[in-house]
Amino acid sequence: MSEAPRLLFVEGLNKSYGGVHAVRNVSFSVAPGEILALIGPNGAGKTTCFNMLNGQTPADSGRVVLRGQDISGKQPREVWRLGVGRTFQITATYSSMTVRENVQVALISFQSKLFSMLNATQRFANDEADRLLGLVGMEGYAARPCGELAYGDLKRLELAIALANDPKLLLMDEPTAGMAPRERVELMRLTAQIAREKEIGVLFTEHDMDVVFEHADRIIVLNRGAIISEGSPDQVRNDPQVKAVYLGDGLVFGHAEAHA
Amino acid sequence: MGFYIVQFLTGLASASALFLVASGLSIIFGVTRIVNFAHGAFYMLGAYVAFTLTERLSGAFGFWGGIVLAALAVAIIGVLVEMLLLRRIYSSPELFQLLATFGLTLMVEDLVVLIWGPDDLLGRRAPGFRGAVEMFGQNVPSYDLFMIVLGPVVLGILWLLFHRTRWGILVRAATQDRDMVAALGVNQKWLFTSVFGAGVFLAALGGALQIPRDAVHHALDLRIIVEVFVVVVIGGLGSITGAFVAAVLVAELNAFGILVFPKISIILVFLVMAVVLIVRPWGLFGKPEAAARKTPGLSVRPWQPLSQNERIAFAVGVVLAALLPLIAGNYALAVGAEIAIFVIFAASLHFLMSVGGLASFGHAAYFGLGAYGVAFLAKIAGLPMIVCLALGPLLGLFGAAIFGFFAIQLSGVYFAMLTLAFAQIVWSIAFQWVPVTGGDNGILSIWPETWAAGPARFYWLSLAVAVAVVGLLRVIVFSPFGYALRGTRDSLLRSESIGIDAKRIQWTAFVIAGTAAGIGGSLFAYLKGSVFPDNIGIGLSVDALVMVLLGGVETVSGAVVGAIVFKALSIWLVSQTDWSKLILGGVIVLIVVAFPKGIVGMIETWRARSDAPSSKSAALAASQPEGAE
Ligand SMILES: Nc1ncnc2c1ncn2[C@@H]1O[C@H](COP(=O)(O)OP(=O)(O)OP(=O)(O)O)[C@@H](O)[C@H]1O
Ligand SMILES: [Mg+2]
Repeated sequence: MSEAPRLLFVEGLNKSYGGVHAVRNVSFSVAPGEILALIGPNGAGKTTCFNMLNGQTPADSGRVVLRGQDISGKQPREVWRLGVGRTFQITATYSSMTVRENVQVALISFQSKLFSMLNATQRFANDEADRLLGLVGMEGYAARPCGELAYGDLKRLELAIALANDPKLLLMDEPTAGMAPRERVELMRLTAQIAREKEIGVLFTEHDMDVVFEHADRIIVLNRGAIISEGSPDQVRNDPQVKAVYLGDGLVFGHAEAHA
Repeated sequence: MGFYIVQFLTGLASASALFLVASGLSIIFGVTRIVNFAHGAFYMLGAYVAFTLTERLSGAFGFWGGIVLAALAVAIIGVLVEMLLLRRIYSSPELFQLLATFGLTLMVEDLVVLIWGPDDLLGRRAPGFRGAVEMFGQNVPSYDLFMIVLGPVVLGILWLLFHRTRWGILVRAATQDRDMVAALGVNQKWLFTSVFGAGVFLAALGGALQIPRDAVHHALDLRIIVEVFVVVVIGGLGSITGAFVAAVLVAELNAFGILVFPKISIILVFLVMAVVLIVRPWGLFGKPEAAARKTPGLSVRPWQPLSQNERIAFAVGVVLAALLPLIAGNYALAVGAEIAIFVIFAASLHFLMSVGGLASFGHAAYFGLGAYGVAFLAKIAGLPMIVCLALGPLLGLFGAAIFGFFAIQLSGVYFAMLTLAFAQIVWSIAFQWVPVTGGDNGILSIWPETWAAGPARFYWLSLAVAVAVVGLLRVIVFSPFGYALRGTRDSLLRSESIGIDAKRIQWTAFVIAGTAAGIGGSLFAYLKGSVFPDNIGIGLSVDALVMVLLGGVETVSGAVVGAIVFKALSIWLVSQTDWSKLILGGVIVLIVVAFPKGIVGMIETWRARSDAPSSKSAALAASQPEGAE
């Protein structure tokens, strides 16, 4: 894998909260077009990793390099401008706006029109917004108030927003939580397709092992903040250490739905 | 040398009272998450009640007993307030909590005048501490020495209370993690009530203990609350140690500031606060506060630009308003111009508060700066009116740029406290800097030129500017910038993760709002022909908040409706009664508890409900991707 050109390169990330060592010495890399799953039981440190990648949380130590540029210590908005889109485990959307307006704001930011004060947003990049919504299968929802959406739809909306800046890297924290099984497969298939077409690297976390094993090119397993296994789906599936962690956690591959 | 030491001791004595009040505020906030704006009112009540009791009860026992009894009596009032009012609004957005406690403050201000009269009252000297002690060749009042000792003693007692009693440990646990305490099966209701009572007790005790040092009057509340806000912003809300350290710091800055800048000593405190805010936004001993719990806007349907019909209705309204001079007399036209000016003022606050989610409690600062800007230009530079009107608001812009920069570093209750403190600083400058601002006498005879003179012409001018400003603000609300601003209100996390520099957006919004308020203020100076420190006063800031609230915080056009209704009502009210603050305060409390959506919000809800059967098909039709207008 290290021969592939690197899109993202992470080295020696650490983060402690008081006595909790949430992430320990995590290193990995993502290639363009690659779909990498970061899995692990609750509290393993997945979200914390994501937060350090996009600058949400400062790392205690370690380096994050995006396309050759060291982005450690940058603000989330700077990281975004460098081509990293993200979705959140607990969705963060603009609840006082419609679905389309949510996407429009991202487009406004992407086109550097944030300080434009005399034009109507209503006429701003409607087609592009609808195209993005169409990509995630939400064209019918464009005029709906975002506050009314079901959780799974919010997740899809977040994906549309994350795609607004033509990202090179997508960080998706539990993108299919709250969706019906069919929807999950569809959304991940779609994500994979976009990733391949546009050479976008995708890093995602997921508790549904069906989704993970079907769509990930490669898997990293975190436990208590440290990487315990890494490799192709088959390698990880057969790793005794991984089995121990998951069985110990009461979860069995293929039925890992106990997560709330 | 001796002089400086004595000055230092005087500072320490003031610090003790400040600490008592600030620690009470901090304790209440720590557990209930309510910033009690009425804290100053309880302080003042403590002083008044103590005045009465110490006059009635004789002897040393009577005096000290009176002080403690006064604090207890006020604490009981506090408990009643908590049970009757606050319990209803614990889960409301913090804006409503701030406003409700502010409404209480207004009511108390009129009530004390009603009970004790408008004149300053001089209390008894404390038995045993009547004289002065000679130190370093200077006389130090022995009561000051008593106060100096008292501060640390109270700090020690509080420490023991919070570390050695079951109640104190519960309070600390609740401060750290409210849900956990609820899970432990502690009766949360009574914990909150007792904490509120304890906090009010400290405030009232602080007030009661001031009577030998200071006259009792009905403006004590605002003076102390501003200082206390400065103290908790510097020390960190929720930290008692922080309250102590910051109280000493602020009191000493005041004591020595008088020597350095005798005219505008408050500048020094402001500078220190600014530095602390930059270095440690949550105060010296504070902890970063989680994001505001709830923003206005969560429950509404998305805002929409005016429909064709609404536009026509709006145009008709403006035309009708423009025809007013045909039927109305001079007085009515003056009232009309004032209403138009307040529409501008309310709309500017609405922009910041409803669109940006930043509830400023000191918006009058920029209104007043605009007014003073005009006054300076007209009286000192002697510029023509049109130039003054164009440039006067720039003073509001500069003020908003400077204060806004610091204020937007914070959010929620901190933002409210800080904007209030800034407004009070501007007010103090206008009040104290007599050579430039005329102090309390204001700046007089700023009259419009012929083209705008006369009630009808000035009314038209005000109306035209109001329509232009409100229209422009509305355009901005629906512009990309307006959406970005609303985005920072809805979800900071989302905004930052799609490349939006929230602080820059908010700062810009603050400046826009301040400039618009300044435009209102400029017109106001010409309407009244004069400017006074009152044009910056807290009363005016609160008026603006009430106008927005009355119209509906979560609506686009509420501010306009709110301003018209409120201003018309309050002009009428002032002509009918001397107790307008009492009524106004009551109205605020009532709105918060009973009509949180405001007038326009209620109309919208009602319209949405009557639309309900057809709304489904409308949503379906609207969701067709057809790029329709
Ligand atoms: N802000 C924080 N303060 C204190 N501890 C934190 C914080 N954020 C995370 N932690 C701790 O760090 C550890 C890792 O948390 P993280 O959210 O990264 O896990 P996760 O793998 O995403 O779990 P989940 O599957 O539940 O989303 C947990 O023990 C958590 O309690
Ligand atoms: Mg997580």
